[in-house]
Amino acid sequence: MSSAHVTPGSVPGPKLAAHFASLDVQKHAARLGMWLFLATEILLFAGLFACYAAYRFLFPEAWAASSRSLDLTMGTINTVVLITSSFTAAMAVHYAKEGKNAMVGHMNVLTLLMAVAFLVIKFFEYKHKFHIGTLPGRYYFYEGIQMPGAPLYFTVYFASTALHALHVIIGMTVLGFATVRAYRVGDFSANNYTQVELGSMYWHLVDLVWIFLFPMLYLV
Amino acid sequence: MTPSSSIAAPGAVPGHEAHDDHGHHPSYLTDGTTVKSWLLTVDHKRIGIMYMAWILLFFLVGGIFALLIRIELLTPGPTIMDAMTYNRVFTLHGVVMIFLFMIPAIPGIFGNFMLPLMLGAKDVAFPRLNLLSLYVYLAGAAFAIWGMLNGGLDTGWTFYTPYSAHTTTTVAPVLFGAFIIGFSSILTGMNFIVTTHTMRAPGITWFKMPLMVWALYATSCIQVLATPVIGLLLLLVTAENLFSLGMFDVARGGDPVLFQHLFWFYSHPAVYIMVLPAFGVMSEIVSAFSRKNIFGYRAVAYSSVGIAFVGFFAWGHHMFVSGQSTFNAGVFGVLSMLVGVFTAIKVFNWVGTVYKGAVEFTTPFAYFCGFLFFTVFGGMTGIAVATVSLDVPWHDTYFVVAHFHFIMVGATIMAFLAALHYWFPKMFGKMYHEGWGLVSAALIILGFNATFIPQFLLGNAGMPRRYYEYPERFQALNVASTAGASLLAFGFVIIAIYLTYALIYGKRVDNPWNSKGYEWLTMSPPPTHNFIGPQPTYPEEPHFYVDPKKAEGEVSDV
Ligand code: HEM
Ligand SMILES: [Cu+2]
Repeated sequence: MSSAHVTPGSVPGPKLAAHFASLDVQKHAARLGMWLFLATEILLFAGLFACYAAYRFLFPEAWAASSRSLDLTMGTINTVVLITSSFTAAMAVHYAKEGKNAMVGHMNVLTLLMAVAFLVIKFFEYKHKFHIGTLPGRYYFYEGIQMPGAPLYFTVYFASTALHALHVIIGMTVLGFATVRAYRVGDFSANNYTQVELGSMYWHLVDLVWIFLFPMLYLV
Repeated sequence: MTPSSSIAAPGAVPGHEAHDDHGHHPSYLTDGTTVKSWLLTVDHKRIGIMYMAWILLFFLVGGIFALLIRIELLTPGPTIMDAMTYNRVFTLHGVVMIFLFMIPAIPGIFGNFMLPLMLGAKDVAFPRLNLLSLYVYLAGAAFAIWGMLNGGLDTGWTFYTPYSAHTTTTVAPVLFGAFIIGFSSILTGMNFIVTTHTMRAPGITWFKMPLMVWALYATSCIQVLATPVIGLLLLLVTAENLFSLGMFDVARGGDPVLFQHLFWFYSHPAVYIMVLPAFGVMSEIVSAFSRKNIFGYRAVAYSSVGIAFVGFFAWGHHMFVSGQSTFNAGVFGVLSMLVGVFTAIKVFNWVGTVYKGAVEFTTPFAYFCGFLFFTVFGGMTGIAVATVSLDVPWHDTYFVVAHFHFIMVGATIMAFLAALHYWFPKMFGKMYHEGWGLVSAALIILGFNATFIPQFLLGNAGMPRRYYEYPERFQALNVASTAGASLLAFGFVIIAIYLTYALIYGKRVDNPWNSKGYEWLTMSPPPTHNFIGPQPTYPEEPHFYVDPKKAEGEVSDV
């Protein structure tokens, strides 16, 4: 990873690793690798979706009741926050292609702020659940819903939202690196924006997974 | 500066000349000799060698556990351990062999080493990721071994719930270790797929790729598609074991059969992660030693992809007795048999390649013969167990144990040893003693049959798997099986001796087989960036040999 400052006037460009034939090939490889990685991430969550489907089928009433106990307002706000952040992440790529490094930084900072907001809201949701006792498995002590299958719902709820939150944090780290680079080094340009692009792709995944989780857990 | 020679002189002074490669070309082995130059290398060849060191170590550990199992089963009653220890021993044998040896063995060692060479590339697409996947693998192994040393687990390598959620043995670190190893597997798979797509040298089209590359490509696709699901499952079971979340526990409303579905959704394709690379190795070897282009190249290539594809729809055959509907069982049975069809395509093409070829009966070829036998026999028993009415009595007996050892272990080990002998000169530029090679191959093939054929009979007679005591009447066959296992172990000891000897004192060679495989287009051992001077060109197909009948007499130039 090059960290040399770019002297004004020179055309900033990415470094070609020794084993690649050309920059195009290198970019293609990076993108293909990222797509494959995202596919594995989706498959990871797909396992949870399969569990969700199976248990929803086994315990339809308990699951519907438990689902209604979630805070729809908080969930909706979080969804809006995340979708908006996906937009700013996409804008960062747009500016990177135009070489407007400061704007790349600003956009990423906006995205990161929204990510923090998401986690804070999630924190309050969790806190409420810890308080009233809608917890997974053996820790479940909520009086409101006493049906077989309800604790299982919260097992799936906590497993999937925690795994998703972990992805939010990873995504923030990835975007953080690109932000620092945009501000400090400022060498993103029309032929050197792969890092921003990959970071934003990852962020879209985080968003996408949530777009599945939200209706699954809160709505249906 | 010394004038260039394409082969580094034996004992060339390595190290400081490494960067001065205008005149003198050190091989990848001598380019830097510090410990750091190995541990932090991004050279796919060195990474392959490091995989080899670790994988062989784990193979030894798994092998010792295997011998302990066989010794325990020498007598009907307790022999050398108590029941609980026995449960731990067979679990650790399974975990080590499957996750630490068979899944990474061929891709990790020979895939890493050969894939870029076979594509005319300087390295894999993501060299640093490649190194990372080695360390991720080792981190997973460290977790698993730590768990084994701290009590060990007694669930069997399949970690079936609800038992694995309740047992007081150390399940969590081993499960977590397996989860981490899965990451390594995904990273390697991604790297290979991207490498195959983007790094092929000019001239190597998809249908000019060596068949080993096709096999690795198909394997990588399975790794990328199936591993995430088991990753999640292992996480859930770990959490379940630590916190009793009830996900797969009937007592809390969970469903253990769901666990089995998700487990086999990975683990059935995983058996193809283990055998597809073996099929790839064999395609290379059969053409090299028959001195013929592979018969039906496209059929062999497509059948790898076909196996990878249908492998995903066969998992239900592990659950014929789990309360599955008869209809489902039938469908899964038929889908399982499709795997047999694709495998048969390969077998016919290999046999077609040998037919009228100028066969050279070397050690790798000896293993090819063993492989063919294990694949056909193991595959046939696969069709048999995929037949629901037959599987019901055989399920969870030694018949199944023998079946999967024949196909999975037999075929993979044959390919592993064949690859080791075929590519040993490529990797180290040294030659081993062929006579000893053939002797040990004979011992191993014999030992393997002697170990597992009695187990087919035992299973058919009704001996269940995973029991450490058995009725008197099973003893004779068990003793036979243990005797076979000793023979097998002895064969491995011989190999270890003569290969170590060859590594130090072996005769210097470049391409002792006169192989036409693309990986032999560079010197042995290869230089750091794989090729010196202009990129080789690829005017011919990868398995191109002059037809022995047409080339009457002239053997050397092929
Ligand atoms: C190609 C390589 C193959 C490998 C590596 C392999 C491996 C395995 C393994 C590891 C098991 C036992 C799992 C356990 O511990 O329960 C197994 C069982 C089974 N295999 Fe295979 N297998 C292969 C091919 C086939 C084929 C071609 C078929 C069907 C045509 C087949 C059908 C079955 C069935 C039905 C079982 C379940 C038997 C039972 O548990 O009762 N296998 N196989
Ligand atoms: Cu299977």
